[in-house]
Amino acid sequence: MQPGGKNGGRSGANSGAPDNMVEVDKVGFGYDRRRLVLRDINIAIPRGQMVAVMGLSGCGKTTLLRLIAGWLRPITGEIRVAGKPISRLGRKGLFALRRRVGMLFQFGALFTDMTVFDNVAFQLREHTDLPERVIADLTLMKLHAVGLRGAADLMPSELSGGMARRVALARSVALDPMLMLYDEPFAGLDPLSLGVIGQLMRRLNDSLGATSIVVTHDVTEALQLVDYVYFMSNGVVMAQGTPEEIRNSSDPMVAQFVKGESDGPVPFHYPAPDYRQDLFQEAMLEKAILEKAA
Amino acid sequence: MHRITEILEGLGSRVTGWIWRLGFASRFFWLTLRHSGTAFRRFYLTIREIYFAGVLSLVIILVSGLFVGMVLGLQGYDTLVRYGSSEALGVLVALSLTKELGPVVAGLLFASRAGSAITAEIGLMKATEQLAAMEMMAVDPIARVVAPRFWAGIISMPLLAALFSAMGIFGGYLVGVRFIGVDDGSFWSQMQAAVDFKEDILTGIFKSVVFGIAITWIAVFEGYDAPPTAEGVSRATTRTVVTSSLAVLALDFVMTALMFRGI
Repeated sequence: MQPGGKNGGRSGANSGAPDNMVEVDKVGFGYDRRRLVLRDINIAIPRGQMVAVMGLSGCGKTTLLRLIAGWLRPITGEIRVAGKPISRLGRKGLFALRRRVGMLFQFGALFTDMTVFDNVAFQLREHTDLPERVIADLTLMKLHAVGLRGAADLMPSELSGGMARRVALARSVALDPMLMLYDEPFAGLDPLSLGVIGQLMRRLNDSLGATSIVVTHDVTEALQLVDYVYFMSNGVVMAQGTPEEIRNSSDPMVAQFVKGESDGPVPFHYPAPDYRQDLFQEAMLEKAILEKAA
Repeated sequence: MHRITEILEGLGSRVTGWIWRLGFASRFFWLTLRHSGTAFRRFYLTIREIYFAGVLSLVIILVSGLFVGMVLGLQGYDTLVRYGSSEALGVLVALSLTKELGPVVAGLLFASRAGSAITAEIGLMKATEQLAAMEMMAVDPIARVVAPRFWAGIISMPLLAALFSAMGIFGGYLVGVRFIGVDDGSFWSQMQAAVDFKEDILTGIFKSVVFGIAITWIAVFEGYDAPPTAEGVSRATTRTVVTSSLAVLALDFVMTALMFRGI
């Protein structure tokens, strides 16, 4: 369950697997060189798989996703997407690669001045010379896949949270990407929408033959959905394995996270002096004031 | 001693921050120019922004122009009649509007109506990750979002200033000729004789183009640079109105001083 341990073939890009879609090799990152947010991250994601990166808020999982998307550049190590060293690509190269990568943002990030149809057609219009009739067919096909063909003429402000996330999903797969990145796709969704989005993500991944990375802290949904899990804490990958292995993990922190327990290795209380001592000191202070006043 | 060091450090940090920001704004201006091809190749994007920045500003510009012209008519008549030259009212109204008031007041109104809207729109797009989504879809937000708005502002501003001046002259005519009774023929013929196209009209157009560049540059930069929070966008919108209004007034003085040939 430890990096390079049981599943050593997956961790470390030097494993030599030629068919890895994403390879994160000894990556370190920090907004300040002296305080690293991520340290010595080794991840290898084979083509066609759906992988979850899980962990507590602030553990560095979204930063890792941004590094894979080429938004941030690592301080140490290298990231390769489809064999290309993303941190060394120029803007042109990065944009060429991004045409083959889709990303679903936490709250959809739909263009609010465009209809649902125009949102989904956006990439097709920007990157292809297809006639408008073909674009319309493709767009409606994508919308049909997420069950929202009938909502093509609505504006994003007229959609519910779940519908907006489905439209954003249709938009992100408009160019049939080889890699899908999901940033907290289940955040703020009701159980029904959450299930629908989860199923769609899996179905689209399998039908497109894509590879997916899901950054989430929704344990139940993610463990049902993905093929493999990386568990991060304090900027390092502290556990990894299949959903079954993660569920049965004996690591106290992973177990606390999976079971959603309020106390454990991650304490419920923010560090503070002993409460009894605090109360005692307060009482002593009040007594001293009263004595002085008398 | 410690207090003085603190004050000096604070001052130094503010000045350095201001210089960094100016540098970033200049680089942003250059990037906008470099990516301006899209704004012209796909001119419908710019046309759409001309509608939002220019057409939707028409009401405030026309109504303000009418009132400014009417006030000019009243005040101008009151002054000119003391010297027995009330027939020169048309000249006074036209020159004041085309050379100064038209570009300056239209610029101030444009900054508060369209400039603030541009900043708020781009700032909100940033806060809701729409710009990030665009970048992730391999579409440059500077080319797709910023450049069309920038050029729409530059195109709209001289047209709005011209309409402001025209409406102002009509307001001056209404008050001077229709209400007060200044001679109709003198009002128009003196204006025609005294207002020079190159010296007066082109000066006003030149000024309004410069104001258009300054206002939209400030507006798009503030929106793009706004912290992605509600408070950040609100502060950026306020900064756009304040900075661009001051820029219009300062630039007006500089340009008038450079063009002034009275001495």
